[in-house]
Amino acid sequence: MATNEFTRAAYQQGLGEHRLMGSRCLRCGSVYLPPRGLCRACHSDEMEWVELNGVGKLLALTTIHIAPTAMLYAGYGRENPYCAGIVRLEDGPAISAQILGVDASHPEAVPLGTPCRVEYVERPAGEGVQTFLAFRLE
Amino acid sequence: MNRPIKNSRKLSRDVAIVGAGMSKFGAFPGISSRDLFLDAFQEMRLSVDRGFDPREIEALYIGNFSSDIFEGQGHTAAILADWTGLTPRPATRVEDACASSGVALRQGILAVASGLYDIVLVGGIEKMTDMPTSQVTDALATASDTLYEVPAGFTFPGFYAAMATAYMHAYGASVESFMRVGLKNHENGALNEKAQFGATIRQVMDKKIAGALAKGRPAPQWEDELAFLKDERANPVIAWPMRLFDCSPISDGATALLLVSAEIARNFSEAPLYVVGSGQASDAALHDRDTLTALCSAQLAAREAYQMAGVSARDIKIAEVHDCFTIAEIIATEDLGFFPAGQGYRAAEEGLTSRQGSKPVNTSGGLKSKGHPVGASGAGQVVEVWKQMRGEAGARQVAGTLDLALTHNVGGTGQTSVVHIFERR
Ligand SMILES: [Zn+2]
Repeated sequence: MATNEFTRAAYQQGLGEHRLMGSRCLRCGSVYLPPRGLCRACHSDEMEWVELNGVGKLLALTTIHIAPTAMLYAGYGRENPYCAGIVRLEDGPAISAQILGVDASHPEAVPLGTPCRVEYVERPAGEGVQTFLAFRLE
Repeated sequence: MNRPIKNSRKLSRDVAIVGAGMSKFGAFPGISSRDLFLDAFQEMRLSVDRGFDPREIEALYIGNFSSDIFEGQGHTAAILADWTGLTPRPATRVEDACASSGVALRQGILAVASGLYDIVLVGGIEKMTDMPTSQVTDALATASDTLYEVPAGFTFPGFYAAMATAYMHAYGASVESFMRVGLKNHENGALNEKAQFGATIRQVMDKKIAGALAKGRPAPQWEDELAFLKDERANPVIAWPMRLFDCSPISDGATALLLVSAEIARNFSEAPLYVVGSGQASDAALHDRDTLTALCSAQLAAREAYQMAGVSARDIKIAEVHDCFTIAEIIATEDLGFFPAGQGYRAAEEGLTSRQGSKPVNTSGGLKSKGHPVGASGAGQVVEVWKQMRGEAGARQVAGTLDLALTHNVGGTGQTSVVHIFERR
């Protein structure tokens, strides 16, 4: 068991509860998503949980036509491409996520900077299903 | 946020490359990475002008990303030591994703510069083509953050495609800008007998037309190369806006270099390449950076290498850069200071990076056309500058005195970058 509580498992539990949980440094105020237990700005390990509001802007976008096996298993691929992107949150951090609400045959129609909001998607993972982070364009 | 990098780093003694070789790059069913490494090793031996006894080699540094996944074989460096007859010399595998053998080179340089060894073998191997593409995609994705990037559905073409959209948005580049890089690198690769794709885009088009006619089908009609590259059937999207011909291939290959301390270099070679600059830096996951249109790690690695060498970007005559995707070459030419930020795509469009241009880049064909056996690619870049600087590059030889050359090798999306500068005296 890790002594630090800001783990992948704790983050994933938040996603499962449809809460976007990051961490904030009590010494310098830096906010992290995904959460981390050691502040990379000041190296303090005094961190607290912070729930992010999930509102942000699209920084980069792609449509993926040659999919990894996990996304093939979820029904995506050459005939059904999906979008992935990077979103900058109002709370500060930027994060990689699946992007929803894009016509995958016309991704060029989506201007970067478009506002988007967090959404939680269930996809197959291992034996069961898991909640994954996504953002939907507004 | 970070303490500024030390202004000037120096090697405690000088190091030279006195031999360089590579296997052919390509898809070789049934051939293992160790078989390919023997080709590279033997070609390297032949390239040592004054000859040497392999038993003089004191240590090996081998770049290898993931033979564990690709071949079900870990612990590869000791095996290569055995198969090249170098047991019991210390053999160390270096893994920094696609920068593995660029970093292995740096480790070899540091080992010689430290005074511990005088003669070191640096190599790289990767055997990627025995797996279906989806599994190769998965294996390569382990070079990114599997906890927080891969769950978004990102693949490596996807990461660079995302950088491409950010770059287009910031600077006004178009998909044609990227296609110009692919066209140029295929022109160069067509002149490289070791390249996986030894064909220009025009030759690829002619082959497709001949193939259709041979099957009694109507021949496809393309007005020119750009029309071919914009044809979804001929050049499908892998991750928009990156199409098939924007992506380096899945490859098998091996590379080998012989490093010695500078004071004994002339005992081995009539025309050694002296290592005058070496720099390396790391970075966070792509989403966790201040910019998506440059690799800060490459900028820092380049700065360290330029300062060590006491030269600037304009002094570099030729460069092999990490064009795993066409957008990556454009960004590399900016990170290295060859062109200002946001101008790399214009330079590519204007032909400045062609063999006849002011700053020839990827005369080997680059990873795009030569092939990208990831763990072998960094040392493979040195094989090209070895040939060019010694005037041995044949039909693709760049004219003029090539006294300074640079190699730029990237791991992942820039979590690792390593830059080297070589001088011909
Ligand atoms: Zn802090």
